[in-house]
Amino acid sequence: MSTTSAPDQEKNEGVRRPGELNARELARWGWRQLTSMRTALILLLLLALAAVPGSLIPQDGVDSLKADQWREAHTTLTPIYEKLGLFNVYSTPWFAAIYLLLMVSLVGCIIPRCLVYARAMRAEPPATPAKLTRLPDSTTYVTDEEPAEVLAAARKQLRGYRIRKDGDGDSVSAEKGYLREAGNLIFHMSLIIVLVAFATGSLFGYKGGVIVLVGEEYGFANELSQYDDFKSGSLFAPEDLDDFSFKIDDFHAEWLNTGAGAGTARGFNSKIRYTAGTSDEKSYDLRVNHPLTIGSTDVFLLAHGYAPVITVRDGNGDVAYSGPTIFLPQSQNLLSFGVVKAPYASPEEIGFQGLFYPFEGTVDGEPVNLMGDIGDGSHAMLSLQGFRGDLNLDAGPQSVYALDTSKANMMSPDETGKAFNLRLGETAELPDGLGSVSFDDVQQWNRVQISKSPGKEWALLGVSLALVGLLGSLFIRSRRVWVRARRVDGRTLVEIAALDRSGGGDTAAVVTGLAETLRGARTQEENR
Amino acid sequence: MTDHTWGVLSNQAITAAGVVYFLALLCALVEWSAWQSRARAAVGEKELVGAGAPADETDAPADPADAVRAQRAALFGRLSLLLTAIAVACHFVALVGRGMAADPNRVPWGNMYEFTISGSFVVAAAYVALHRRLKLSWMAPWVLGFTIVVLMLAVVGLYEPVAPLSEALNSYWLVIHVIAAIIATGGFTLGGIVSAAYLLKARFPDAALLARVPDLDNLDRVSYRIHAFAFPVWTFGVLISGPIWAHEAWGSYWNWDPKEVWAFITWVVYAGYLHARATAGWKGKKAAIVALIGLATLWFNFIGINYFSSTSQHSYAAPAAPAVVELTEGASR
Repeated sequence: MSTTSAPDQEKNEGVRRPGELNARELARWGWRQLTSMRTALILLLLLALAAVPGSLIPQDGVDSLKADQWREAHTTLTPIYEKLGLFNVYSTPWFAAIYLLLMVSLVGCIIPRCLVYARAMRAEPPATPAKLTRLPDSTTYVTDEEPAEVLAAARKQLRGYRIRKDGDGDSVSAEKGYLREAGNLIFHMSLIIVLVAFATGSLFGYKGGVIVLVGEEYGFANELSQYDDFKSGSLFAPEDLDDFSFKIDDFHAEWLNTGAGAGTARGFNSKIRYTAGTSDEKSYDLRVNHPLTIGSTDVFLLAHGYAPVITVRDGNGDVAYSGPTIFLPQSQNLLSFGVVKAPYASPEEIGFQGLFYPFEGTVDGEPVNLMGDIGDGSHAMLSLQGFRGDLNLDAGPQSVYALDTSKANMMSPDETGKAFNLRLGETAELPDGLGSVSFDDVQQWNRVQISKSPGKEWALLGVSLALVGLLGSLFIRSRRVWVRARRVDGRTLVEIAALDRSGGGDTAAVVTGLAETLRGARTQEENR
Repeated sequence: MTDHTWGVLSNQAITAAGVVYFLALLCALVEWSAWQSRARAAVGEKELVGAGAPADETDAPADPADAVRAQRAALFGRLSLLLTAIAVACHFVALVGRGMAADPNRVPWGNMYEFTISGSFVVAAAYVALHRRLKLSWMAPWVLGFTIVVLMLAVVGLYEPVAPLSEALNSYWLVIHVIAAIIATGGFTLGGIVSAAYLLKARFPDAALLARVPDLDNLDRVSYRIHAFAFPVWTFGVLISGPIWAHEAWGSYWNWDPKEVWAFITWVVYAGYLHARATAGWKGKKAAIVALIGLATLWFNFIGINYFSSTSQHSYAAPAAPAVVELTEGASR
């Protein structure tokens, strides 16, 4: 079979059933199908469709907390979704299959087109078709000029066109817009650069978050153990972490006290000092939208909040817990939630959970947080719910931001069941001689994100090139124009036709424009 | 002028723009009805004579009644365009007022209300600007109707008092990224209107109601040219300036944030549209359908993701509600 020529094969295929294709033919047929425009189009739309579920179902890689909450809320669907990888849509095999097929289809389409283009660049415009008037946009007129004069004028008018050298004696064949296809090819090849760069970033990159307290005695060193959360690509190795450390000397937020955004902060600024490797210490003002780049790692300021300094003494008067406690903001005005655990207090374990009000005011007898600016601290308040008994810490690892109260009992300052409300500097006694809790001071913290995305410059280069190519492929007009002039019945019959290869151009205007100029030029000469 | 008076001016200008758009719409409808009666009359004549040339814009109308109708159509068409231009100017004043009312002054696209009035401004202004070049005057009722509805929805449903930008938005990328998104959204919307007209005209080629709509080839070409303009702008907006800003503000250039995903989906669908126009068997009708799907994803991204997605960092529709209501009650009593 291998010796049969291609047309024979095609004839034979009409007779044979499809099952009789041999492996090579099948592969060839498959390749042709895959690299056809129709398949590419369907794959493209399929890719769009496949991206949809990931935007509607919470993704582990985007917001793992939301994803976990979703799983708890939908117990029936979760196993099915897990099987389909719907919590990690963008790294599932089926999603990868679509874009890899698309890429293969793209490459299979682009390489032959590059070769065709390389030949076309060297080739002359095609010969003039025999029947110009059959083309959709054409015009004719009769003149007394010599055919050669008309053709010479046409050559002159078609500036910027590539003109077929020999012509056919009685015609001019011109073509322009060769760069359109170049733009098209650049666009598609750039997409491959982007994809490879993006894949590099996801395989070798990482992104981690950490909450760092503001102050000389705290800080961060770039080691895996220091991160609160850390996500990395599958080929990332901990040795890839750049060696640096930093401290936050001071944090300043500008507070809006009037207007529609009153009570919220603008203009965060962290004064940080950092050391990279063995180099000297440097300082930097870290702000939102102004990351710090150390080597190939970027450090971002994402959020800020308060950490009340809380001391818990147990029944013996020993300190069972002490230190700045990170409270997580629940709203824009930094009303924050936090947890204190004192498992080694005696006689009983003690835990607290509750809210921190940076600037508390009472509305209808209820405490309300008026703004995030703590000012001098005179309106700051901690409102803690107390628990005694087993904090269930033996059951396994717990979040530091959550208190397991399933085996503990609530405790209150008195019989009314109220919370322990503490102003700055106040201490409250716990019931039954269990100890005391005091609110000593307030510190600030910053949430910093540290990430490394290798290949990001390549991705930017690729996508920028793609845009340039796209502009070329959309706005460079690819057009062929033919002018034929020949003697008919003693006069000269001029036929003009144009073909737009870009699908969008108005060739009729080109044809009439050229005809008018050619005739106009003659009229002017006559008038002279 | 104080910030407050700028804000009031902006609101009044929007109202004025809405009223003038409505008057322009009325004129455009008169023009359309004149075309419709011309088409009906032409059909009647044809049936009377048995055969004859269909009414054409360039033909000198033989029938005096038709001449009157043609004149009426031309007059109201011009009037509609003039009123639209005035309304666009009012609309522009409203945008300027919005930006000047903020302290510090800023671009008028910091929330959904502002994005919506900016986007509808682009649609109307692009219509006026391109109306000669692409012969868009047939679109008047569509564009005006759309703009009026969108402005009403924005004023009734999305209005928010002028507020300063949140910190993450306070960047010059807001100007670059969002202006690209607004222009592309306006362009795609205009292109979508043409595609919708294409599908209607293809379905009802002889409807007198659609007499004002040009032929299919013309519609297809105009639709392509508008989309071909909007697509690179969208590419720049969501695949270049967006990732650069995301990298600066959030720490990585692509986060699979729902808004990003949908912007990507929109990009892919419109890339599909451009390919469909070049693919045998997909030209014309199917391409127009793909363009409308693209427009649907674009609007879903703007409306749906802002309101329904809880995980998007782009959710600027409403400030995040405190998630600790039950704890607050327990802890404070």
